Amino acid sequence: MTEIFGIPTAALFGQLLLGLINGAFYATLSLGLAVIFGLLNIINFTHGAQYMMGAFFAWMLLNYLGLGYWWALVLAPVAVGLLGIVIERLLIARLYKLDHIYGLLLTFGLALVIEGAFRNGYGVSGLPYTIPAQLAGGTNLGFMFLPIYRGWVVVASLVVCLATWFVIERTRLGAYLRAATENTTLVEAFGVNVPRLVTLTYGFGVALAGFAGVLAAPIYSVNPTMGANLIITVFAVVVVGGMGSILGSIVTGFLLGLVEGLTKVFYPEAAATVIFVIMALVLLVKPAGLFGRAA
Amino acid sequence: MHAKNLILAAAAAMLLSGTALAQGIDVKIGVLNDRSGVYADLSGEGSVVAARMAVEDFKAADKGINVTIVSADHQNKPDIASSIARRWIDQDGVDVIVDVPTSSAALAVNEVVREKNKVFLNSGAAASDLTGAKCSPNLVHWTYDTWALAHGTGQAMVERGGDTWFFVTADYAFGHALERDTAAVVEAAGGKVLGSVKHPFPGQDFSSFLLQAQASGAKVIGLANAGGDTINSIKQASEFGITQGGQALAGLLIFLTDVHALGLQTAQGLVLTEAFYWDLNDQTRAWSKRFAEAHDGDMPTMVQAGVYASVLHYLKAVEAAKTDEAPAVMAKMKEMPTEDPLFGKGQVRQDGRHIHDMYLFQVKKPEESKGPWDYYTLLATIPADKAFRPLNEGGCPLVKQ
Repeated sequence: MTEIFGIPTAALFGQLLLGLINGAFYATLSLGLAVIFGLLNIINFTHGAQYMMGAFFAWMLLNYLGLGYWWALVLAPVAVGLLGIVIERLLIARLYKLDHIYGLLLTFGLALVIEGAFRNGYGVSGLPYTIPAQLAGGTNLGFMFLPIYRGWVVVASLVVCLATWFVIERTRLGAYLRAATENTTLVEAFGVNVPRLVTLTYGFGVALAGFAGVLAAPIYSVNPTMGANLIITVFAVVVVGGMGSILGSIVTGFLLGLVEGLTKVFYPEAAATVIFVIMALVLLVKPAGLFGRAA
Repeated sequence: MHAKNLILAAAAAMLLSGTALAQGIDVKIGVLNDRSGVYADLSGEGSVVAARMAVEDFKAADKGINVTIVSADHQNKPDIASSIARRWIDQDGVDVIVDVPTSSAALAVNEVVREKNKVFLNSGAAASDLTGAKCSPNLVHWTYDTWALAHGTGQAMVERGGDTWFFVTADYAFGHALERDTAAVVEAAGGKVLGSVKHPFPGQDFSSFLLQAQASGAKVIGLANAGGDTINSIKQASEFGITQGGQALAGLLIFLTDVHALGLQTAQGLVLTEAFYWDLNDQTRAWSKRFAEAHDGDMPTMVQAGVYASVLHYLKAVEAAKTDEAPAVMAKMKEMPTEDPLFGKGQVRQDGRHIHDMYLFQVKKPEESKGPWDYYTLLATIPADKAFRPLNEGGCPLVKQ
């Protein structure tokens, strides 16, 4: 068997594929963050809690209403998005004229409140959620056993990411959005309802977090802190990709998933820190991030 | 005039006898544990409920012992734990600190309690160092420790043919200790450790480490981690077909609440060691039913059961010593054999270790379970004298060689 640095190539391919799967989660989550930051200039620290709510809503739909995974995949992001819209209208909308730090404090506080509420209601150990029957099992790829569900995660994330990128960069609606962030007054003068556009954008951004939460429910523990653990890594992904860059966050998400995957093989102790080391290096060399435009 | 004097004398006599009955013992119990983090379900408010039940069952008030219970969240941080312990003892008059999960926090509190000469009844922490090199005359370690877990599960798996091991270990003191202790047991029993991987703590995705474990070809994958890490490892091992592929998972520290969180579909077949299970006998069932009624329907974990039993034994010792002064109470606790409905008969050893039977369980298949919380099948009872580290092997300075 051929080897690279003492690791059989087959095993290495397996680990790279796993890295790609984790990258899919990073990409979907960081995409939502990037959309919100790019268009609203708000650093949405509630994102992790909204991801967690997506997973919890999936569990609730199944246990209270008997609606399975496929329903959850549609309904949970919508519910998270609607809640996001309420939060935006009631709270965040009042902060656009203030310094970034207020938005950060508000969304961080909200995250703590939401997590605390779920902890009170459902405890910390987590809730069981099984893989849907259609996606259970796996196939042997020769170099590794690939659970079908993991393959589905990559495909679903890629489709959602590319669709989002397309809407924002290639359609008229996306053009309005981008124009509105450049010059609100001018776009309003053309008769576009900018506040509504911004509200819907926030709703969509957090719906992406809810979507990632539903994807995660069958494979990670569904518990109130699941988002808090992930959100810091995802922020690093956004920073490396370039704050607010849509394509940057997608590509960087997958890329850093791969790097993390490789680290888990060669030096597992550093797997949790490697992303931050890369972030520090990127900030030294390219302060605006890999895909960011210098301000 | 005579009549008036008589009444006064009678009133004085009543007052005197009243104070004599009450004995004047005020005991303040501080339940210090995780109330918001990863161990909040297995200790947390449930441990406070258990302590309250112990006070009720002992009928402390009727015996002239006035008990108050306070509680606090140590957030699994040693510095917070020790500063709360200090404040409780110095300012609030707490006599005894109970529970304290998370080994690092427990070791910190142990030092404070020893310095202040109070009593520490630990139920939640795992480190066997508490009754080893770090043992204290003020400590009782009630429920379990890493030595007992490693021997219970490690020995059993090797006996069942699992003689090659690969460890997936949480990269901090507790994980390293658990791996070290279990590896020693496996090797002593004629097994072999093929390798191990240390994962960052806390982790989210374990598939990479599990694939490395799978590639090692080991018959047993030992999970030297806890809480959410263990839950995620087991969930993902099932997803990647590791157990279906013939490799067995050994969860070295799994609580009932972890199994509840996993669901039987995922957790089935796991072999684990616990000190207590609600469905052991009539007494444990009756007590656990009362506990569940007071705690949102959740069944007790071994940690919460340990809080109940240790507080009960403590109160008996206070009654026997007729004081709440730590040296006298500790002497009584070690002198009197223990007996309670949850752990049966036992004893507190010179090094502070409480000795009782441990149990080897296997998690049921979904079709074997009769309802919620019906999760374990008893595989074996590990007798008290075999369950814990022999007294002379811990290196505790209190033990006279």
